[in-house]
Amino acid sequence: MLRKVCLAAAIVAVTAQPLLAASGVDPQADFKAFRKYFTERFPKVPLNDFVNGPYSMDEGLRKQWKAIDEFPPYEFAVDQGKQMFETPFKNGKTYADCFPNKGIGVRQLYPMFDEKSGEVVTLDVAINKCREANGEKPYDYSKDDMAALTAYMAYTSRGKPMDIKIPNDPRALAAYKAGEEYFYTRRGQLNFSCASCHVQNPGNHIRSEVLAPALGILNAMPIYRSAWGGMGTTSRRLRSCNSQVRGTPLSAESPEYRNVEYFLSYMANGLPISGPGARP
Amino acid sequence: MANTIRIRAVASGDTTEVQSLIRHPMDSGFVKDSKGQLIPPHHIEVVQFEHGGKVVFTALWGPAVSKDPYLKFSFQGGKKGDDLKVSWVDNKGESDSFVGKIQ
Amino acid sequence: MMFSPDASGRTRRTILKGAIAGGLAGLTLGSFPFPAFADADAKQWPQDAFKQKSEADALKALYGKPAEASDKVSLDAPEIAENGAVVPITVDSSLPNVTGVAILVLENPFTLAAAYKIPEGTKPAVASRLKMAKTTKVVAVVESGGKLYSATKEVKVTVGGCGG
Repeated sequence: MLRKVCLAAAIVAVTAQPLLAASGVDPQADFKAFRKYFTERFPKVPLNDFVNGPYSMDEGLRKQWKAIDEFPPYEFAVDQGKQMFETPFKNGKTYADCFPNKGIGVRQLYPMFDEKSGEVVTLDVAINKCREANGEKPYDYSKDDMAALTAYMAYTSRGKPMDIKIPNDPRALAAYKAGEEYFYTRRGQLNFSCASCHVQNPGNHIRSEVLAPALGILNAMPIYRSAWGGMGTTSRRLRSCNSQVRGTPLSAESPEYRNVEYFLSYMANGLPISGPGARP
Repeated sequence: MANTIRIRAVASGDTTEVQSLIRHPMDSGFVKDSKGQLIPPHHIEVVQFEHGGKVVFTALWGPAVSKDPYLKFSFQGGKKGDDLKVSWVDNKGESDSFVGKIQ
Repeated sequence: MMFSPDASGRTRRTILKGAIAGGLAGLTLGSFPFPAFADADAKQWPQDAFKQKSEADALKALYGKPAEASDKVSLDAPEIAENGAVVPITVDSSLPNVTGVAILVLENPFTLAAAYKIPEGTKPAVASRLKMAKTTKVVAVVESGGKLYSATKEVKVTVGGCGG
């Protein structure tokens, strides 16, 4: 409704939102269609439960998860992340100096579009930018240190609704659009898109795994996977998704991955942060 | 070594429920590393829980116990503020111990 | 090798009393490593029992006797393990005077996965997480009044916990 009004105004005023209208990118309409699809396909799944991935789809798995979540294996990573977060850099500054609200309870704001650089900044990228700005070496985006730090930052944000903004900036809209296209494009020897598994087949098995719904799929990041025997970042998960369809993984936090994270997180707006998560 | 033991012990009525998580690889000896070499077994053998000068629980573990092993049990006695000590030793002779408070 | 029920606990208590009488009682405890507590001792580990490759041999090595099926032993295990690396298993029992609980995973390279000593005052209910190489029968054994009772359940494992 609001958008219709905006669009009408834009057409009348010619200049108000010409890029949005011209590019055919309409995140709000996508959002509504995406939400409608999942809630209609899984009417018994409470909206906020989608963030629990495969556990929202399968009762037997859910019971094991509840047992594991009584004392989840990611607690060590949360502890480690807290310690890292609170330890000052060599110059005396801390992560708190780089983030809104001193870095506590901000996971839901990422990825964020950075108007200065014109790029999508995920939480992991923001952390490394912070490190580099303070003369520290960046962390490897796929490794345990980054997973631990993001685990702690997610932990302080639990329950906060995802709150991704797409400003009316052609670069932001283009990034969103590219992320959406990446999500729906088939690739790999199996010729699967992200959507083949996570839109068309949530709750079904692929080999032995129960597929998670795409709605809210990143709200649990980072995750402790039993298959890994440890924590992994969003990049690590996306790379293993590519490998699972026998495709070629991109480099961690490549523009494609950031964009798909931007798209998926926008689709999850309003759903609670549940990370760090535990997954099979 | 950073502390490897996390415990959560809660007294309710005359019973104390104890949960613990220990950071340990629990290598079974059957898994190969990225170079194809078998990773030798490295696992906790004994975990002991003590309260009030008495052993209240002993776990004897083989290599089939999961990585970062978890335990839950309960014992009679124990009240808020009491100490509960956990200690473990593994097949390489490494060990750790921790004293936590019952909540 | 068999268990002796908690002789070590009593020894320790004796030492503790001695320590208090000896004037250590004034110390603040907190996280201070209390010297009277001996730590977990690897000598307690029943090496023979953990080397066995069948239920009968493992129970013989551990307790010196076989077990009989009983509906007073409850074994909670998933029908399909989400991952063989981490399978939550809970054993509980309504039997009196329980002194030990053991969990056996029959298809694993070594049958005995875990054994627990249950001193008087501790409930015969234990939850832990185990690795399973493939689809397997899991047997929970409870020692009560000097006898062994068991419950068995099959767990389907599609992603094994030994392969990595």
